[in-house]
Amino acid sequence: MTQLNKHAKQLLAPIVSNKRVGQYHQIIINIGEIATNCKPGNFVAISVGGGSSSMVLRRAFAISRVSTSTTVGGTMELIVAPHGQGSKWLCAQGEGVVLDLVAPLGTAFGIPTEPVPVLLVGGGYGSAPLFGLAELLNSRGCRVDMLLGASTGSKIYAPMEGKRAVNSMRIYTEDGTMGVAGRVTDPIAEIIKDLNVAVIYSCGPMPMLAAITKITNEFDVIHQCAVEESMACGVGICMTCVLPVENEDGTISNLRSCIDGPVMDGAKVQWSKVGQQI
Amino acid sequence: MTALDFSTTIGNAWFPAPTFTASGCASSGRELAQFFPLREMGGVVTKSVMSKMRPGRPTPRMAETPSGMLNSIGLQGPGIDAFLAKDVPYLVEQKARVIVSIAGETVEEYSTLARKLRSVSGISAIEVNISCPNVENRGLVFACDPEASRRVIDGVRRTIGGELPIIAKLSPDVTDLVSIAKGVVDAGADGLALINTVLGMVINVDTMRPHLGGKTGGLSGPAIRPIAVRAVYQVHAALPQIPILGMGGVASGKDALEMILAGASGVSIGTASFGNPTAIMAIQDELKQLLIDRGFTSLKQAVGFAHRPIEAE
Repeated sequence: MTQLNKHAKQLLAPIVSNKRVGQYHQIIINIGEIATNCKPGNFVAISVGGGSSSMVLRRAFAISRVSTSTTVGGTMELIVAPHGQGSKWLCAQGEGVVLDLVAPLGTAFGIPTEPVPVLLVGGGYGSAPLFGLAELLNSRGCRVDMLLGASTGSKIYAPMEGKRAVNSMRIYTEDGTMGVAGRVTDPIAEIIKDLNVAVIYSCGPMPMLAAITKITNEFDVIHQCAVEESMACGVGICMTCVLPVENEDGTISNLRSCIDGPVMDGAKVQWSKVGQQI
Repeated sequence: MTALDFSTTIGNAWFPAPTFTASGCASSGRELAQFFPLREMGGVVTKSVMSKMRPGRPTPRMAETPSGMLNSIGLQGPGIDAFLAKDVPYLVEQKARVIVSIAGETVEEYSTLARKLRSVSGISAIEVNISCPNVENRGLVFACDPEASRRVIDGVRRTIGGELPIIAKLSPDVTDLVSIAKGVVDAGADGLALINTVLGMVINVDTMRPHLGGKTGGLSGPAIRPIAVRAVYQVHAALPQIPILGMGGVASGKDALEMILAGASGVSIGTASFGNPTAIMAIQDELKQLLIDRGFTSLKQAVGFAHRPIEAE
């Protein structure tokens, strides 16, 4: 049964800072008290373009981390790739600009009740929400190892401080410009065996999530993945962001990635049926 | 303080405000209820429900376009039985006024759905969606054919009897909207919902193929508002006694007022809610103020005002 994120609130929130980090922008937004309700995996829906814009839809961004102890009050950090019209607009907004946003939205990564070994896998800027998650898992006593991958080195997002909470971090690029030449999924089976990994957390492009599921299906490993499907509303009313997911009874339903996701059980998502008539 | 009677009626159904969700833009209602109490708007028009569970079309289902969007959902839904068991009781419990929207593939399916609604309590009206553009067979868009439109409404009217108001939802993708409107009113429709989305397409220039999984989709948002205003104006001119729910790109109180002046007795808000979950509340407040500013003491005085000749000053 679908569970709405009961903490979702609409608010006007000012940008605290906007810095370029490689190919991405790190945008910090003052969201006040709701920062305490944002969990790793949740996302935010932001109105873009200003009042008279021809962009009528909100844009969804993963919340990469929140802070409740800074001098400005509660803040959220977003790592944004300026690739579309809406994200380009957001990346062009400076300190003090007030954003209309709705957060926190969607499901969060589940945290194991026992301190078990976990592996975090990020593709491109999909790695951003994994650092906050790593800190949380680390504080619960989990051994955290991380794999980051991208087509090329400049698309790897790996802040220096991100290494604090992880036991190891390995980088893979398809063109070999950073770390090991190859795909981020190449070493996963080996790592599962070596470290006795209990849970894999992933965030990145759909083909990467599908490839990880293929590997985890061979082992007794839970795969929690944050999916990315284009959304019109982010709050569950438009029905555009659906993915085919297996139900308890074995039937398949088109579930909304904004409400039943973005964090989903990778083993239940029917990757081969994405974009197909079910 | 100026008193304003903001209420509206469609057939024998009374609503305290003229603001509604557009069908297919509020899911089950629970999603919007996170942001404001559903009873505070005129009413909820539910997502068009069919006899059986329906998975809808494959993704991508959405493409943003200038001042609008294309959707290609394909009437995904739980089917009438699950809908009546779960969604209607929830809306009634929230004290929302409920207009249930139904869609069928055959004239018989519409009648079957109407039969199931006949004894359900807490429903204010039925919207008969004969104009969803996202079906495989364009021949099934009943609203493109005057005779088929008439048969569907006639079947629903006979099945539910004279009690519940019937609102026929029509498509702007026709040559003569007024004749189709007259046909469904003759067949027993008490009101009209104008307009459904406009059939459109986006081609992805990278893949060089249609972007949407369903290839075509329905265009909504401010981009289609002038089409909707024109449709409401033309139909109101021909059928001034028939209440119209006006919709198509209403995103502000000013847009809502435009619909009312064209001849709508109420407005439905769809795409604007996608961009802003509290849009309906804002539109409602703005519309109220705009009516007061213009000296109206009731919404009804403003309905169709644009048709009046300009009096000598």
